[in-house]
Amino acid sequence: MHSHAPAPTEEEIRGVVAPLASLEGPLLPMLHALQETWGFVPQAAVPVLADILNLGRAEVHGVISFYHDFRDHPAGRHVLKICRAEACQSMGANALAESTLQKLGIGWHGTTSNGALTVEPVYCLGMCACAPAAMVDGKVVGRVDDARMDRILAEVGA
Amino acid sequence: MRDFIIPQYPPGDDRDMGTPARSGLPVTISVDGIAVTVPEGTSVMRAAAEAGIMVPKLCASDNMEAFGSCRLCVVEIEGRRGTPASCTTPVVEGMVVHTQSDKLRRMRKGVMELYISDHPLDCLTCAANGDCELQDMAGNVGLRDVRYKAPEDRSLVNHFATRDGAGINALYVPKDESNPYFTYDPAKCIVCSRCVRACEEVQGTFALTIEGRGFDSRVKAGAVSDDFLTSDCVSCGACVQACPTATLQEKSVIELGTPERSVITTCAYCGVGCSFKAELNGDQLVRMVPYKHGKANRGHSCVKGRFAYGYAQHKDRILKPMIRDSIDQPWREVEWAEAIAFAAAKMKGIQEKYGRKSVGVITSSRCTNEETYLVQKLTRAVFRNNNTDTCARVCHSPTGYGLGKTYGTSAGTQDFDSVEAADVVVVIGANPTDGHPVFASRLKKRLRQGAKLIVVDPRRTDIVRSAHIEAQYHLPLKPGTNVAVVTAMAHVIVTEGLFDEDFIRTRCDWDEFQFYVDFVSDPRHAPENVELLTGVPAADLRAAARLYATGGNGAIYYGLGVTEHSQGSTTVIGIANLAMLTGNIGRPGVGVNPLRGQNNVQGSCDMGSFPHELPGYRHVKLPDVRAIFEKAWNCEIDPEPGLRIPNMLDAAVEGTFKGLYCQGEDILQSDPDTKHVSAGLAAMECVIVHDLFLNETANYAHVFLPGSSFLEKDGTFTNAERRINRVRKVMAPRNGYEDWEVTQLLANALGAGWHYTHPRQIMEEIAATTPSFAGVTYEVLEEKGSVQWPCNETVPDGTPLMHVDGFVSGKGHFMVTEYVATDERTGPRFPLLLTTGRILAHYNVGAQTRRTENVAWHPEDVLEINPHDAEFRGVKDGDWVRLASRSGETTLRAVLTDRVAAGVVYTTFHHPATQANVVTTDFSDWATNCPEFKVTAVQVSPSNGPTDWQESYNEQAERSRRILTAAE
Repeated sequence: MHSHAPAPTEEEIRGVVAPLASLEGPLLPMLHALQETWGFVPQAAVPVLADILNLGRAEVHGVISFYHDFRDHPAGRHVLKICRAEACQSMGANALAESTLQKLGIGWHGTTSNGALTVEPVYCLGMCACAPAAMVDGKVVGRVDDARMDRILAEVGA
Repeated sequence: MRDFIIPQYPPGDDRDMGTPARSGLPVTISVDGIAVTVPEGTSVMRAAAEAGIMVPKLCASDNMEAFGSCRLCVVEIEGRRGTPASCTTPVVEGMVVHTQSDKLRRMRKGVMELYISDHPLDCLTCAANGDCELQDMAGNVGLRDVRYKAPEDRSLVNHFATRDGAGINALYVPKDESNPYFTYDPAKCIVCSRCVRACEEVQGTFALTIEGRGFDSRVKAGAVSDDFLTSDCVSCGACVQACPTATLQEKSVIELGTPERSVITTCAYCGVGCSFKAELNGDQLVRMVPYKHGKANRGHSCVKGRFAYGYAQHKDRILKPMIRDSIDQPWREVEWAEAIAFAAAKMKGIQEKYGRKSVGVITSSRCTNEETYLVQKLTRAVFRNNNTDTCARVCHSPTGYGLGKTYGTSAGTQDFDSVEAADVVVVIGANPTDGHPVFASRLKKRLRQGAKLIVVDPRRTDIVRSAHIEAQYHLPLKPGTNVAVVTAMAHVIVTEGLFDEDFIRTRCDWDEFQFYVDFVSDPRHAPENVELLTGVPAADLRAAARLYATGGNGAIYYGLGVTEHSQGSTTVIGIANLAMLTGNIGRPGVGVNPLRGQNNVQGSCDMGSFPHELPGYRHVKLPDVRAIFEKAWNCEIDPEPGLRIPNMLDAAVEGTFKGLYCQGEDILQSDPDTKHVSAGLAAMECVIVHDLFLNETANYAHVFLPGSSFLEKDGTFTNAERRINRVRKVMAPRNGYEDWEVTQLLANALGAGWHYTHPRQIMEEIAATTPSFAGVTYEVLEEKGSVQWPCNETVPDGTPLMHVDGFVSGKGHFMVTEYVATDERTGPRFPLLLTTGRILAHYNVGAQTRRTENVAWHPEDVLEINPHDAEFRGVKDGDWVRLASRSGETTLRAVLTDRVAAGVVYTTFHHPATQANVVTTDFSDWATNCPEFKVTAVQVSPSNGPTDWQESYNEQAERSRRILTAAE
C-alpha cells in the first residue's frame, strides 16, 4: 500500500522525471509520471523539478496546486468521483453524494478506514445526458442511483 | 506603484500609466474626444493616461506587462463589439475610445462589488488607509453598496474573517510576518497577481506564485512549507511596491503611518546608484521607494536600498565628537570646537615635527563628490602635499588605469539602459545578483528575452543558472588566471579571423594592433595550451570567444574579480582589447562596463582622490593642470605624487608618516593584511576617523568626528555609468554637521579660510576647474534629474555612451597582456585558493547593513568549500574551521557546496568578528597597488572556536571603544 511506503528519495524522483526533460512542456508529463509512480506528487519533488527545469520552486508549486488531480498524499486503492455540476445536481447528485458519504462514514476527499476507496467531487464529466454521473478509477458510470452506487461500493470493497 | 497619492508632478510626473511605454511609429486615437498620439503597440489604457484620463484599474501597473484580469479597465471602442479591457488592447490608428458610459459604470461597479464582498471593511485601521488603490477605485467607480448578503445560517464565504459563526473560517490564512521588513496579510489580498508578476518580470526571482485556483487562489511565497523568509524571495520590495492594497505592506508604514511628503535622493549603497523617493512624516523617514524616473534603476530596488536604511538611527551611531591622547585611553566626548581644535593642533604639530609630508587623508567612496573634493583639497591646499588616497585603491583602481591607457577615459563606456540592447553579455569576475542586484534584474530581463550569457568566474554564481536564465558558457577558471583566459579568448578571435577589421582600421592604432596580433596569436596563448593553467576546458573557451565575437552586440560587465589581483590592470586592458577587437564599442548594447562596488567610487576617483591625479584624472606633475588649481585655491601645489594607502601604512611603520584624516572608510576591515594595517595605524600619532560608527579603524584613532548619513546632506554621487545623481537632504544631520562642513571646520582650524555655505558652491568650483564636469550645476541636475559626464559645452546633456565616433584618446590602443602568475601560490602547507566576495544582504564591511534587519539573511561570514575538499579534511557542513594563510588565520563556519570547484574556497568580509582580511596577503596590482583580495593560498582545518588573533583583537577593540560618558 502506498501510504506505508517510505518517502521517495531525491534520486528516485530524479530517476522518474529526468528522462522526460527533453519533451516540449515537460512539467505536466513529469507530474503525471510522479503521481503514476507513487500515487501522489511528493513535496520533495518540488525543488528537484525546479532544478531540472530551471524554474522557481514557487512556480512548480503553483502548477501542482492548480490541478486538483495532483495529490499531496496517496489516495485509497480506488477513487470514486461524484459529479457535482449543475446537470447532475438537478438530477439528485447532491442527495446521492450525501448518502454515499454517510454510508462510508467519510467526508469529501476522505478515504475509508480500510484504505479501499477515496471519494472526491468532480465538476462535470461531460455525461450530463446520463446524470447523475460518477467515475470509478477513470471509468465513467451514468445514471447512478443508490442501487448502482451500492454495487460500485461492493465491487471496490469499500 | 501605489504611492501616487502623494502628488508629485515636477520634477517628473510619476503617475502609474498602467502599461509599459512602447517605441514605434506614431498612432493617433481619440479618447473621450481628446486626440492623443502614442507609439504603436501602446495600450489604450496608457494612451488614455497620456491624454490625462486615468481609466480605473487594479491589476495593471506600468512596470509590468498587461494581464487583463481585474476587468475594471473596460472601455467602449466605436465599431468593436463588447467592452474590451483597455490594458490589453493596443491602439489602432483612428480608434475612438469612450472610457465612460452607463454600461461601463454599471460593469465597473459590479466588478468592485465582487471584490469588496471578499475584502474586510476595516479601512480606518488599515495600514494602507489613504494609500490603497482598492479604496481609490471603489471611490472612483462610485461603489455605494454591496448587495451580496450572507445566508441566514452562516456568514458570506470569505477569506478575511477569522471565524465563521461558531467555528473557525477554514479559508482564513494568518499574516506572514517572517520577512523583517514587510508583512503578507492574505486577508487583504484581491489576487490581482501584481506581486507575482513584479517578482517575475521586474526582479526576475520567481519566488511568488498563485497557489490553487478559482476562489481558492492565494498568493504564495515558495512551495507548501515556505514562508517569505525561507522562500527564494530576495526582499527587493518590488511586490510590496506593486501591491495595490495592504496585503504586502512595509512594517515601517504599519508602525509609523502613511507618509505625507517625499524627497528624491540617491541610494548610498552600491555603484548602481538607484534613485529613491524618501517618504517622510516631518523628519521621520517612513520608507524608501524606488523612483520610477531614476535612470539607473527605472523604478526598481534591492533589499539594501529599499529597506536597510535603519543604520542611520542605530544606537551604535556616534553623534558627539570624541578625542583621546592615546589609543589605550577611553574616549572622551567633547564639543565640536574642542575636537576640531584638538585635531588641528595635532596635525599641525606633526607637520612641524616630522615635515610637510608626514600627514595625509583618505577620501571615502561613500561620501559625496563635494565632500571628497574638499578632503583632497584639504591635503593639497592645506597640508600642502599629495598624500590622498581612496578606498577605490582597493577595488577599481585598475579600471581607471586600464581603461585610461586603452580608451583614454577611466570609466565605463555605457549607461545601464544599454543592457536592453545587448545580444551577448560577458560577466567576468562579478556577481551582479548579490553585488549589483538592480543591474542584475535588468540583465536577467534581457537574458529572458533571449540574450546569451558567458560567465567567467571561479564560483557558480546565481547568474550562471537560476530560474529562467542560464549561461551558455560558464568558464570556472582558477583564481588568479584571468589574464590567461582573456588573452586566450583574444587568441581565438584573432587566429580564427573573427575580429572586426573595419573597426580596428578606422578607430584604433593599426601598428599597435599588428604588434598585438603577433603577441596574441602565439600558440602559447591558445586555449588548449592554457587549459592546464586556468582549468577552463579549451572547447568551452573557444566556443565562448566565438559567441562573443559573432553573436551581435557584445557587452562586457566586470567587477572586483577582475581588478583585485596582482594583474588586475592587465585584465582590464585585456577586456578593453577584446571589445576593440570585435568592434563592440560606441553604440547601445556593447561596451566595457565596470560594476563599481561603492556608491561613489567613480566620483571619488573623478574628484582627484588619487595621490598622482588632480580632479578629472590629470597628473599632478603637469604644470598647466596645477596652474588651474593653484589659481583657484590660491596656493602652490606639490608637483610630486603623494603616498598611496599601502605606502602610507608602510611609511607609518617606518616612522615617517604620523597623521591621517580618514573619512568614511574602515581601512582596518576593508584593506588586506589586517595585521599590517593595524601596525601602521598604531604607529601614527594622530588618526582622525570621520564616520557614522566607531568602526574598526577607530580602535586606533585619537579623534573621532561623527559623520552624517546620506539622508542628512546635500551633494552628488556618481554611479558606475558616470551618472551624477543628486543626493538631497531629507532631514537635519543628527550629528550637527554635514560631512563637508566638518572637513571645512577642520581646514579652517588649520588656517584654510574656506567659506562654502552649500555644496552647490563646491560643485561650481569643480565645474570651473575640471573640463569633464564643466557643464554640471545643481540647476542642470534639478532640471534633468541626472547627467552622465563628460558634460560640458559640446555635450550639455551629458554622455550616455562614450567613444561613439572615436576614442577619447583619439585612437584606441591595443596593449599586450602577458600573463604573469601571482607570487601567491598554493603549496603543500596552503593547498587551497581562497577568493572573497560579497552577499546580497550585506554591503562592504557591513558597518551599515549589519546594523539593520538584513542580518536575518546573513548573520555571519561563512566559508564555502567543495564537499570533496571538506571530506578530505573531515569537515562537515556547519563545522567551525580554521582558515589559515601565510599572513594570518581566522575561524568561521564551513558550508559545503559545489558552487566552488575543488581546490577553491570562498568567503565574504562583512563581519568584523571573522576579519577575513587577516588572511589576505599584501600582494597587489603591479600598476595601481590594488590589493590581491581574490587570491590567497590557504589551508582549512577543523577547529573549536575563535583563534588567538580574533580573541586578542576583540579584546583590543572592546578596550578601545570605551567612552567616558561625562566629560570631567
